[in-house]
Amino acid sequence: MGILDFLKRKPEPSAGIAKERLRIIVAQERSTRGAPDYLPLLRSELLEVIKKYVHVDLDAISINVERDSGHEVLELSVALPDGKSGS
Amino acid sequence: MTAEIIVVTSGKGGVGKTTTSASFATGLAMSGKKVAVIDFDVGLRNLDLIMGCERRVVYDFVNVVHGEATLKQALIKDKRYENLYVLAASQTRDKDALTQEGVEKVLQGLSEDGFDYVVCDSPAGIEKGAHLAMYFADRAVVVVNPEVSSVRDSDRILGLLASKTRRAERGDGAIVQHLLLTRYNPARVAAGEMLSVSDVEEILGIKVVGVIPESENVLAASNAGVPVILDADSQVGQAYSDTVARVLGEERPLRFLDAPKKGFFQRVFGG
Ligand SMILES: Nc1ncnc2c1ncn2[C@@H]1O[C@H](COP(=O)(O)OP(=O)(O)O)[C@@H](O)[C@H]1O
Ligand SMILES: [Mg+2]
Repeated sequence: MGILDFLKRKPEPSAGIAKERLRIIVAQERSTRGAPDYLPLLRSELLEVIKKYVHVDLDAISINVERDSGHEVLELSVALPDGKSGS
Repeated sequence: MTAEIIVVTSGKGGVGKTTTSASFATGLAMSGKKVAVIDFDVGLRNLDLIMGCERRVVYDFVNVVHGEATLKQALIKDKRYENLYVLAASQTRDKDALTQEGVEKVLQGLSEDGFDYVVCDSPAGIEKGAHLAMYFADRAVVVVNPEVSSVRDSDRILGLLASKTRRAERGDGAIVQHLLLTRYNPARVAAGEMLSVSDVEEILGIKVVGVIPESENVLAASNAGVPVILDADSQVGQAYSDTVARVLGEERPLRFLDAPKKGFFQRVFGG
């Protein structure tokens, strides 16, 4: 590559990457919006407890705060790996 | 008749809130409305410079809140439009100088003085200052740049506007939210280097009320202390005028979204 090419070199098109990253993080942040600040910690401590019984990743635990007519419901769901449900 | 409170906010700093507040307030005043624009950035007064009235600041927002000056004494009349007034931020380092009751009292006073619009220039962040700037708003202009951290922050701000304002708390009907995309560079968008208008709209799930191009006219206007909307020959000035008209209910198509055609020299030598 000549020196002129170097001077003229443009950044790689990266808008697509930006858009994809934003789509994911915005969706994630919206799902816990308005939720108590302790949720992330609660989520990781729950993971420790669950791990004593069954192996799951942090991704398997989802937390939602639902609000309707004055009530707030903390909704936790844990996706168990195949074949581990029941006893 | 009560004044309509419009907050210009963003979360992230340096995206163009103060530039937008100055042009927006001026644009509203140009349409004949009586307008006050308030700098909520306690400790970092800036709006006075952008409006070109920095040497006429005697009393500020905090003085009025603390009863050390009347509204009348603190409001600085714009030298171009007699129906436009600026209320400067205090340079105090005490971040608690503003209180919710104090802000409410000032806004109430402006309403009683017959103001049609009060534009609140929010500080960056989501702390107290930004909260106070948005709390009483009827309408919000969320300024966003086509850049990842700004887009993410504006999503958080949209969430706060929908839940942490007086309207939301009282169930008075939602605050009207406008998304304003600024510092847009069509050439970089065309090259795939920058998020496009539709990318930002899709991610945030809200249409833009305007697109302000990135332009050197903004620096020139701030150097001169003239809100850039008054640079009527510039694309930025026209884009701001369009935006104000849209917020006032007019329908105008978006302009300046396409990259300028490259000239002969650029085609030959790149750039
Ligand atoms: N459309 C634009 N084109 C170029 N520069 C801009 C534009 N809008 C704002 N700026 C510049 O960006 C900087 C930050 O703008 P400002 O309005 O002070 O942002 P904020 O109030 O959000 O911190 C300033 O130097 C300003 O001149
Ligand atoms: Mg500012």
